[in-house]
Amino acid sequence: MRALAEYLAASWQLSPLGRELLSAGLILLTAIVVFAVALLIAALLTWLERRVAGRVQSRVGPNRVGPLGLLQWLADGLKMILKEDVVPAAADRPLFLLAPYPVMIGVFAAFATVPFSQLLIAADLDVGVLYLIAVTSLVVVGILMAGWGSNNKWSLLGGIRSAAQIVAYEVPAALALLSVVVMAGTLSLQSIVAAQGGWPWEWYLLRTPFGFVAFFIYFTAAVAEGNRTPFDLPEAESELVAGYNTEYSGIRFGGFFLGEFANIYLMSAIASALFFGGWQIPGVTPAEQVGSVWWQALGFLVFVAKAGVGCLVVILLRWTFPRLRVDQLTALCYRYLAPGAFLCLVGNALWIVLVPAGSLFERMVGYGMTAVAAALGLWFVLRMRRHMVSTGDRLDLDLFARGHTRAAFDPAWQARAYGRFRRRRPGEAS
Amino acid sequence: MGFELAMVLGFFVVSGLALWALLFVGRFLRLRAPRPEKLTTYECGELPVGPAWFNFNNRFYLVALVFVALDVGVAAAIPLVVILREAAAGSGGWLVFLLLFGFLLLLAVALAYVWKKGDLRWLRDLPAPECAPVDTGRPEPKP
Repeated sequence: MRALAEYLAASWQLSPLGRELLSAGLILLTAIVVFAVALLIAALLTWLERRVAGRVQSRVGPNRVGPLGLLQWLADGLKMILKEDVVPAAADRPLFLLAPYPVMIGVFAAFATVPFSQLLIAADLDVGVLYLIAVTSLVVVGILMAGWGSNNKWSLLGGIRSAAQIVAYEVPAALALLSVVVMAGTLSLQSIVAAQGGWPWEWYLLRTPFGFVAFFIYFTAAVAEGNRTPFDLPEAESELVAGYNTEYSGIRFGGFFLGEFANIYLMSAIASALFFGGWQIPGVTPAEQVGSVWWQALGFLVFVAKAGVGCLVVILLRWTFPRLRVDQLTALCYRYLAPGAFLCLVGNALWIVLVPAGSLFERMVGYGMTAVAAALGLWFVLRMRRHMVSTGDRLDLDLFARGHTRAAFDPAWQARAYGRFRRRRPGEAS
Repeated sequence: MGFELAMVLGFFVVSGLALWALLFVGRFLRLRAPRPEKLTTYECGELPVGPAWFNFNNRFYLVALVFVALDVGVAAAIPLVVILREAAAGSGGWLVFLLLFGFLLLLAVALAYVWKKGDLRWLRDLPAPECAPVDTGRPEPKP
């Protein structure tokens, strides 16, 4: 964005005051546009979440408002704005009223450094990763304010649990991010993306074995920091009603809600930029990409697709795994993830010192890691297939299916859908 | 850098103002009908018993302490992490690596100490109390 500001200022031959005004206007415009996009992403994720939940649980999900229920978020937003904003009489009023602000600001301010494409970045800070770690920690403040300010036992327990959890998982997440930073030698997100390449073996995920482990540590820790299942103890419906936002209603609740969903996209975007090569297109160098509008657009799509897959995985995790116990939660963080992240950082640092950049060995390890990752993926698919065959389940990837799953009602369709993979029971005619 | 920092400030202001604007617009649209029953604290339909501002499990403080010990250290390691690549291209690679390794080792020792003390376990076995058990007047529950 700074490049754009300088270009416009030079081409319009502005005075110093004009430059300042132009910068201010551009900043405000960028912030509003990125905020709107982030809000839209968060809103669509709420739709995706319920839609996926429907498919996973063999039910419909939202399908009334707009085609495939795609406008459901609009109806929800309208409902939230129209709902009464109840403040309990016993609550600490200022704390209660202000609590959603740090949550919103903490999540949405982090979008300033998300590199959507080579040129589409609001602020390419030279302390990018540190800024991300710092700003997303603001969420804890808001959650604690909500938990304490509500003067409700559920809220207090949820808020304290949430703060402890986010704070604990901050350590492995930061260390895992640093093990990428040590490879790139910079904290700026654009430079980190530019230091990778389009092909999988050029990603920091697959360049060293430590990067591979670091990604899983980061992803687990980020899911925990977002209070998502299987780490959703702070808002566990079955024991804490709704955790820290029990007393909230209307759009004030919406602040927490949108913050949480924007956070899913944020963590997927960070993972995509740091581990998966961000906007890099295979076979196109950044120098070639910078000149062409079409490469830019494709780079944007590549980035959004990578982040989108991350979001889908996070959502599927929620509907797949049971909740952890609190002792398992701390044990996982401090006994497995934190030491593992320490090892990843040291391992990558040692790699930098020992292996010359761009050497044959480094490239061979990249190819080898890619092969290993592909083999792991294949193993996962085959294993899933075996499970499905043995349970007589069928593959349901059709997120956009209209209405209900037909198999539940139509025996003929059921036979067709289930027949291919089903294992015959003993004695059953084939 | 000034432009980037101003941009960050812009993001802070815009995201804060946006939530405020939504609340402000909603003020003219939404219902406002407070009643004493509605404003009671939610406790699953029961009348609330006392305030919620009580002492909570002090293990949470312990988690926060471990965080302070480790995360501040991690933040302090960032300069070394960033210059390592550049140093390795020259001749100072091993020096920076050893500094970084030593620093991380200190943090790891801190983690190992807390681990050894048993403070990472949520359910901690405390030594048996030295005083006699309090007579509650009720029969002992059979295990």
